[in-house]
Amino acid sequence: MISRREFLQASAAASAIVTASGLGSLGRLAAQQKLSEADLLKFDPLGTVTLLHVTDIHAQLVPVYFREPSINLGVGEVKGLPPHLTDAEFRAHFKIAAGTAEAHALTSEDFVSLAKNYGRMGGMDRIARVISAIRAERGADKVLLLDGGDTWQGSWTSLQTKGQDMIDVMSALKVDAMVGHWEFTYGAERVQEAVKAMPIAFLGQNVRDNEWQEPVFEGRKVFERGGAKIAVVGQAFPRQPISNPRWMVPKWEFGLREEELQKQVEDARAEGADIVVLLSHNGYDVDRKLVSRVKGIDIALTAHTHDAMPGVVKVGETIIVASGSHGKFVSRLDLDVKDKKLAGFRYKLIPIFSDAITPDPDMKAMVEKIRAPFAKDLDRVIGQTDSFLYRRGNFNGTFDDLICQAMLKERDAEIALSPGFRWGASLLPGDKITFDALANATAMTYPNCYRTEMTGKQIKDMLEDVADNIFHPDPYFQGGGDMVRVGGVGYTIDVSKEIGSRISGLTDLKRNAPLDADRKYVVAGWASVGENVQGPPIWEVVEKYVAGVKNVKLEANDAVKVLGA
Amino acid sequence: MALRTIGSRRDTLKAGAIGAVALALAPRLAHADAAAVEAEIKKLYGDKKGAEGKVKLDVPQIAENGLVVPINIEIESPMTDKDFVKSVHVWADGNPSPGVLSYTFTPEAGKASASARMRLATTQNIICIAEMSDGKLFTAKSQVKVTIGGCGG
Repeated sequence: MISRREFLQASAAASAIVTASGLGSLGRLAAQQKLSEADLLKFDPLGTVTLLHVTDIHAQLVPVYFREPSINLGVGEVKGLPPHLTDAEFRAHFKIAAGTAEAHALTSEDFVSLAKNYGRMGGMDRIARVISAIRAERGADKVLLLDGGDTWQGSWTSLQTKGQDMIDVMSALKVDAMVGHWEFTYGAERVQEAVKAMPIAFLGQNVRDNEWQEPVFEGRKVFERGGAKIAVVGQAFPRQPISNPRWMVPKWEFGLREEELQKQVEDARAEGADIVVLLSHNGYDVDRKLVSRVKGIDIALTAHTHDAMPGVVKVGETIIVASGSHGKFVSRLDLDVKDKKLAGFRYKLIPIFSDAITPDPDMKAMVEKIRAPFAKDLDRVIGQTDSFLYRRGNFNGTFDDLICQAMLKERDAEIALSPGFRWGASLLPGDKITFDALANATAMTYPNCYRTEMTGKQIKDMLEDVADNIFHPDPYFQGGGDMVRVGGVGYTIDVSKEIGSRISGLTDLKRNAPLDADRKYVVAGWASVGENVQGPPIWEVVEKYVAGVKNVKLEANDAVKVLGA
Repeated sequence: MALRTIGSRRDTLKAGAIGAVALALAPRLAHADAAAVEAEIKKLYGDKKGAEGKVKLDVPQIAENGLVVPINIEIESPMTDKDFVKSVHVWADGNPSPGVLSYTFTPEAGKASASARMRLATTQNIICIAEMSDGKLFTAKSQVKVTIGGCGG
């Protein structure tokens, strides 16, 4: 940890480093305590078209703290490549100095002390301000605003309104097109009703009716901006019926559908598109592989895996943009289109520091109006945390440690399982835990906290299966989440091995004994993809637990040992 | 510590309702294996070996639903009286009973293709063999992953 005074010195020294990062050089400005809206928005415009990309906002209407992962391992060909770099390695790759504003936005280093300096990030009113400033600078007819999905889920208000709060907000922002993932967890009927009613194009070339193989959504839409024809092809999260409840979209089939995507690109070109954009919710590694196989995509706006990258990556002729999550960033990509081709581009990942950016008054009023009817729940203080609560990391996060403890206690279980979701805002030590904050880590449509029995062998098989969905060397077998969080059990994982041999040393932590393969253990968990799961919603379980302990204080969690990284 | 008996609580999980472990809890069935499929092939064709090519086996890399996995097969052939596909067989080497489908064709079919849905118990290989009118065999093999799912980003 560094103190505030040391931080200022560190930043001043760092300012000598010429940063090649797409954020621009904010370190010096931050050190001088002058992080301003103008500096955040500063951009040397290029060409006649601007693409703006937001993604994985997870219904965060107001600014939050969100700690990026300190461990985010890549396997196989992508080992050690972005986005599988964290903290010092990430900073070295993108030439970002420690302690700077961009280091704080993009890494977990000294998060708590830096958070006190730089404040919260995101907020739809700040995002609205940034978008309207760029539209004013460029002319609205030159700007295309695209949303990568996971927009309608992740807060109490989104759950209570079935995503309508975010649909209204994104409609007011005049989003041109979006794709889906968690959107589908409101059920097929709700999605279709919402898509019909909203002015935003909901694209998904890879969703089919499973009886007739007919497209469920439009595959692509062509927009004219700055004199160029831009075809946007939409790609929904391809593993929806595997990662999330299939029973919620029983008649839809997903998958990557590379051949059909290739055809979409070719048809778009044949119809005169100058630029082809893939608006994707595949996840970073999947998109990196996909654009090496599907030809003719100029730009892939990736999502799902919540990676924030201050520079683009080029695969062949395709530019990949990763815009982070939770409203922390807006990506701006200026395009120079000449002779019906992409002749040049300029990129900036704009960090939405909420203390530096003036809220847009109309959006501020809209957000307040949306939240007002739920104020009684949102503002309810259920306890306080003495520990830093965050979720991200491949194997555990303190927020899930808390959730697992709550399940062990309140459900009288020996073992607790909390899914490896990547959404959920962070709380600093000393923060009050409001129901709003708890809902930000738990609000979803299949929240039941079940209680069941599993043998030691079943637990091992389950961990192996989940690990294979994260650490399979072929990205097409990766689901994009993190490891299921386990309470009451420790284990060793070798991420370089194959399914069946990654997990070893399973330990029953309470008894300090090896997990017995044949013995049955009482297991509590939540977010099962099964139908008719019984049990109270997880937020009730956690609220009851926190109300009991009042002050949350967590021990360091070293229950998972990692090899092969 | 006395544990509550499972099933005694109203809010206890209903049997098999939890997707995240439903497959893990499935009873261990007697599964076929690669050797069993090879034995079936040997029964049909003796020691004759199949060549790669001509058979387009289209199955998902990952099953969205192990209970109904789509399979499409298309065999390249002019389908004339002199040159046509006689039959096609498909096996799944990890199912309790490995046979998935068998079709016979005549030149009148015009096209040797078939679509079906199969149930797959676990991650396994799908093996397809087509026999041509001249007795030549062509094969294709593809693995389908069946995962318990859950835990998405």
